[in-house]
Amino acid sequence: MFAALKRKDKLIRELPLYIMLIPAVVLVAIFSYGSMGGVIIAFQKFVPAKGMFGDQQWIGLQNFHTLFAMPNIGPVIRNTVIIAFCKMIAGIVVPVVFALLLNEVRHVLTKRMFQTLVYLPHFLSWVILSGILINVLSPTGGFVNVLLGKVGIQPIYFLGSPTAFPITMVVTDIWKGFGFGSVIYLASLTSINPALYEAAVIDGANRWKQTLHITLPGISSMIVLMTVLGLANILNGGFDQIYNMYSPVVYSTGDILDTFVFRLGIEQAQYALSTAAGLFKSGVSMIFIIVSYYLADKFTGYRVF
Amino acid sequence: MTIKASLPRKIFLVCNTVFLLLIAFVCVAPFINLLAVSFSDKVAVEAGEVTFFPIGFTTVSYEFITNTSKFFVSLLISLKRVAIGVPLNLLLIIITAYPLSKSKTDFGARNIFSWFFVVTILFNAGLIPTYMVVRTTGLIDSVWSLVLPGALPVFSMLVVMNYMRSLPKELLEAAYIDGAGHVQTLLRVVLPVSLPTIATVTLFSVVDHWNSWFDGMIYMNHIENYPLQTYLQTVVVNPQEFMRNNTDLSGNLSKYLSLVSARTTGAAQMFLAMIPILLIYPYLQKYFTTGLVMGSVKE
Repeated sequence: MFAALKRKDKLIRELPLYIMLIPAVVLVAIFSYGSMGGVIIAFQKFVPAKGMFGDQQWIGLQNFHTLFAMPNIGPVIRNTVIIAFCKMIAGIVVPVVFALLLNEVRHVLTKRMFQTLVYLPHFLSWVILSGILINVLSPTGGFVNVLLGKVGIQPIYFLGSPTAFPITMVVTDIWKGFGFGSVIYLASLTSINPALYEAAVIDGANRWKQTLHITLPGISSMIVLMTVLGLANILNGGFDQIYNMYSPVVYSTGDILDTFVFRLGIEQAQYALSTAAGLFKSGVSMIFIIVSYYLADKFTGYRVF
Repeated sequence: MTIKASLPRKIFLVCNTVFLLLIAFVCVAPFINLLAVSFSDKVAVEAGEVTFFPIGFTTVSYEFITNTSKFFVSLLISLKRVAIGVPLNLLLIIITAYPLSKSKTDFGARNIFSWFFVVTILFNAGLIPTYMVVRTTGLIDSVWSLVLPGALPVFSMLVVMNYMRSLPKELLEAAYIDGAGHVQTLLRVVLPVSLPTIATVTLFSVVDHWNSWFDGMIYMNHIENYPLQTYLQTVVVNPQEFMRNNTDLSGNLSKYLSLVSARTTGAAQMFLAMIPILLIYPYLQKYFTTGLVMGSVKE
């Protein structure tokens, strides 16, 4: 009797919490879980006119067989992994080095000025940045090539040559994000105990030695964390960026899974095939995310919630 | 530290400053170039003479946009999207983060709901199924297709939730003893002390809605419904589209065609689209360091 009363009491106390969750649960159920149900079309001979949950013909894994028999799927997977991997490594190294160098600037206003300037590209969309970069990198009258021309270098087809394109993607991605990427390292630099530096100075350590033996170990757990979490994105080459800057000329080295899925689905209306490709990507990504979160928890104690 | 800098140290500091200046310059130079191009004469731009100062100063590109393009139509759609999307995001973030920030003893179903939301980070259904759901719900060609599917930004919600969890328990207990229910505790106690984090996710939400272009492209069938970034994607990133749009030469258009190029008008439109970000940027910078680091990384 008493226990039942308590249970009822608890429910009444928790009721407002349930009510608060309703709107988000409904929306997420429709748009996220509803779409998850939609991945079944990857296993169907899908006819759009019959609708997503209509009477479609089931064909098992045939879409996947067709997909992996396509001649360009190999290069697409290779490009995706190469571009994402290079972005990940450079996306750790450059922000760390930048944070260390910025940390040496003692003048607060100067430091603030540098930060303001380098954070800027992060907050602009790839549409705008691509528009700017296409202009600036243009072999005809783009100012980068004009400047290169002044020191006697032939125009480089940054976006039009299969060798230069992936490198351009990695470099411009770093250009957009390194400032913002450094925020987290700058924050963890401030949490290093100043007494450690004082002790090192007394022991005769110069600034370089201090960096090597105090600063880097001080932020190493953050570096490990960011590296591990970066693994989760190994199949994300960056759709927004690549879609806005690539062209058929550089498909051989620049086409990634996301752009491939988009062309297959939207431009060629191969809904089932495109969904199969997307499902393959999501499945592999999910494994990477779970593994990386597990590793992050194990090595650095990071938890999502 | 008050030790005197040695000579090598001084040399390092000078080199470091010069190097950082160079890096900062590389980050900003393309934008200065953009601004210069937008105010320059078409011929000078095509010849590659424009670097950091306009050559043959003219505002004709801006006149062209004002008089002939759909720029302002799409600008309005984007403003509408931000005006609806951001408050919606915030409301859902707050009312979702608060229950999930409760401990398991205070809210028994906490973990079930947490996983319900986190799964959507782990697994993404992909392009076609998502598109078909939006089409089934009848949102195509409406601004709601741009705000409802992402109405709860799960990552932002987790940031706010983690912050709410870190609040001292005594604070909430005091409110409870004073007779406050959940709604009152949320409004009077939790929200006021969570403002820095909420400011951070607000600004992220604004930037996100302002910068999105892909959903506009797939969910909108008519160019009149395109938000700004989608519009820019079609006319600026694909300049062929610019020429195709100009085949319906009305008198107004032909007047400008000899004066402007896709490059100069594109630059002008991109610069205009950057202005809102440039305006909220100082506030962004003030908050995101503290707000984001507090919520997402617990040491």
